[in-house]
Amino acid sequence: MSDTAHAGTDGGHDHSPTGWRRWAYSTNHKDIGTLYLAIAVIAAVVGGAMSAMIRLELTQPGIQFIEDFQFYNMLVTAHGFVMVFFVVMPALIGGFGNWFVPLMIGTPDMAFPRMNNVSFWLLAAALVLLVASTFIAGGVGTGWTVYPPLSNADFHPGMAVDFGILSLHLAGASSILGAINLITTILNMRAPGMTLHRMPLFVWAMLITAFLLLMAIPVLAGALTMLLTDRNFGTAFFSPEGGGDPIFWQHLFWFFGHPEVYIMVIPAFGVISHIISTFSKKPIFGYLGMAYAMSAIGFVGFIVWAHHMYTVGFNVETRSYFVIATMVIAVPTGVKIFSWLATMWGGSIDFKTPMLYAMGFIFLFVAGGVTGITLANAGVDQAFHDTYFVVAHFHYVLSVATVFAIYGGIYYWLGKMSGRQYSEVQGRWQFWITFIGVNVLFFPQHFLGMAGMPRRIPDYPDAYAGWNMVSSIGGLITMLGAFMFLWILYRTLTAGAPAEDNPWGEGATTLEWTVPSPAPFHTHEVLPDTSDLQAAE
Amino acid sequence: MNRCRWMLTSLLFISAWLAASAGALAAGPKPWQMNFQEAATPVMEDIISFHNLLLVIEILIVLFVLGLMLVIIIKFNSKANPVPSKTTHNTLLEVVWTVVPIAILMVIAVPSMKLLFFMDKAKNPEMTLKITGHQWFWTYQYPDNGDFEFDSNIVDEEDLPKGGKRLLEVDERVVLPVNTEIRLLMTSDDVIHNWAVPSFGVKMDTVPGRTNESWIKVTKTGTFYGQCSELCGVNHGFMPIRVDVVTKAEFAKWAAAAKVKYAGIQTPPKTAASATAKAIKVAQAAARMPGAHVLKR
Repeated sequence: MSDTAHAGTDGGHDHSPTGWRRWAYSTNHKDIGTLYLAIAVIAAVVGGAMSAMIRLELTQPGIQFIEDFQFYNMLVTAHGFVMVFFVVMPALIGGFGNWFVPLMIGTPDMAFPRMNNVSFWLLAAALVLLVASTFIAGGVGTGWTVYPPLSNADFHPGMAVDFGILSLHLAGASSILGAINLITTILNMRAPGMTLHRMPLFVWAMLITAFLLLMAIPVLAGALTMLLTDRNFGTAFFSPEGGGDPIFWQHLFWFFGHPEVYIMVIPAFGVISHIISTFSKKPIFGYLGMAYAMSAIGFVGFIVWAHHMYTVGFNVETRSYFVIATMVIAVPTGVKIFSWLATMWGGSIDFKTPMLYAMGFIFLFVAGGVTGITLANAGVDQAFHDTYFVVAHFHYVLSVATVFAIYGGIYYWLGKMSGRQYSEVQGRWQFWITFIGVNVLFFPQHFLGMAGMPRRIPDYPDAYAGWNMVSSIGGLITMLGAFMFLWILYRTLTAGAPAEDNPWGEGATTLEWTVPSPAPFHTHEVLPDTSDLQAAE
Repeated sequence: MNRCRWMLTSLLFISAWLAASAGALAAGPKPWQMNFQEAATPVMEDIISFHNLLLVIEILIVLFVLGLMLVIIIKFNSKANPVPSKTTHNTLLEVVWTVVPIAILMVIAVPSMKLLFFMDKAKNPEMTLKITGHQWFWTYQYPDNGDFEFDSNIVDEEDLPKGGKRLLEVDERVVLPVNTEIRLLMTSDDVIHNWAVPSFGVKMDTVPGRTNESWIKVTKTGTFYGQCSELCGVNHGFMPIRVDVVTKAEFAKWAAAAKVKYAGIQTPPKTAASATAKAIKVAQAAARMPGAHVLKR
């Protein structure tokens, strides 16, 4: 990133630190965004390696190479934690959020630049603690849901779970600080003329996500603290021997855990909206409906948590409420899907790599979304709960759809961030390899789940061999796509063609395309006047 | 009444088909299976028929979206349509795509609720089976048939009888009578497990400190398999469930013999599967921190 001053900058603020100080002490939203993206890529390699080990172990029935089943459980757990807290959230919220919220709303930086720095380094410390936990006393073998009693001191006596708890505490503190920063920035620092109803949809998505974080993470923090004192100080919040209840943990965890899935996917909605509007060369269809559909999804996301707990022994009335509430989410989700289709309808679409990823996102999100309707129904969920059908469902909507938004977002904004443009041919190849890979990987898992294969087992009855082999082959193809992405990233950053300020043409209307590529160290030092922005009628 | 008749008819069909193909049912997963395991209880039959409705609706939704995307790709690419339209609103369309999904959800919700309330609890249970989960085996207790109990452990691979299913066979099977409404009571004495048999449509957490209730009425004799369905530690994948469903007369005979066989016997908990698991338990016990409160086990 060069420090060349752009018009209106007199160099007054340009004596930025260099070398390691530039990154370690950074208070610049672009540099911190880059740090977040870098940690996401590093964590993705770690989490991806874990999933590769899981898939290799499951390629054939019998034990292949993981003879220590605690190690297998640790892999399953750590894969979940790493992907959720250290790949998807840092990439979408910390990475794209930091980079593009200030650029899009026309402000020089985030509201609290030093707090921004703290947010990032807390996350880095959290990642260190999590990785450390995998090497201690067999690691955390509880699943990412950390259900007691399995996670209490009787069944995980080593320090691994304590490390995991502290890691999540730090990651949570990082997220809360980040959320406060985003909310303050978005509510107070928009350029003149940019009313809430003229804000780009990505900024809307970040605002809603930040509120979800602010309300969900403290509940997780409370639950984790109780678990920590249960483990170390003799309290009994979650053990029946002392009057506690393991199901209490599940309520608290999922009260955080369900909003968490929207924390991951709503930023993806924002990215996809921009890509689709840009490459269709059309404004987004039903802008207000899109913004309020995201708000509605965020709100309803808080009152559906127990659909993760249909088999814990609830009375039937409780389950029937959660069935209805959960299905309601399909309505705003439908509004979003159809609005994207309507945005493309009548457009003049260039199928560049980000657009391929956006269309891939829509298809995969719909395919994963409809199985969500199946699982919402407590009746049939009794057949599907804890089977590979659930694994297939949430990997379609999270692993695949959300990661597609990350891939698409990086291709979309790489020119703006680095000043260099990726190769279109390579990008398209990488898309198709990944698209085929993930479908071969996850679609057969629906069949395994219907046939009854439970999740989180290191070995399975021989009848499940066929589809597991297919799934593992899909895993290899997906990995090939991931390696190719890393290579494209490397080639672009080292030898890519210089990017224009706006490489996408008339469809790219948001403010980040009005600044030079790469975006200079300080942007919008003279606030842009956005009163001529197309208002949302 | 109507539902009963409808179920009986479908049962007749299924049992006729079964009789033609095989004798007693040997359930469990089949290679390359893409669908549910065969239903053996009214609950599972209802689950399958409700899921068939869901599947049709969902496939139509996916095909609809896919179809629209194909039209978009063909008609609205930059070559075919160089000048983009600027339409951003259509109130009627927006109302339609909000209301139609609501209507579809209502079509789903009615049978969903029916199924949910039907599967909840046994109406007139004729007997009770009590199931307790342990790391990593099951204990079964028959309070109405002499109040005997026994442990059921996995059969290790090297001890498998010929034709036995790896990871699914157990040493002591659950035996239950056919066409009998059976109440299942479940709990655990360590971590949360989950007792699940796909053919029965049963899946219920066994939670320490709680007793959960479910029910089955198996309408076919045969052998049925299941596996623990809640991550419960090192050997989670190695605590299978095998249920042999027999005629009522055979069950009475078995229960009488079992009462004698299992009287007063408390089999010591065995650690199943690998030696690695044992090593880990030992290592964990050694690492146990002083001051942490310890369950009596």
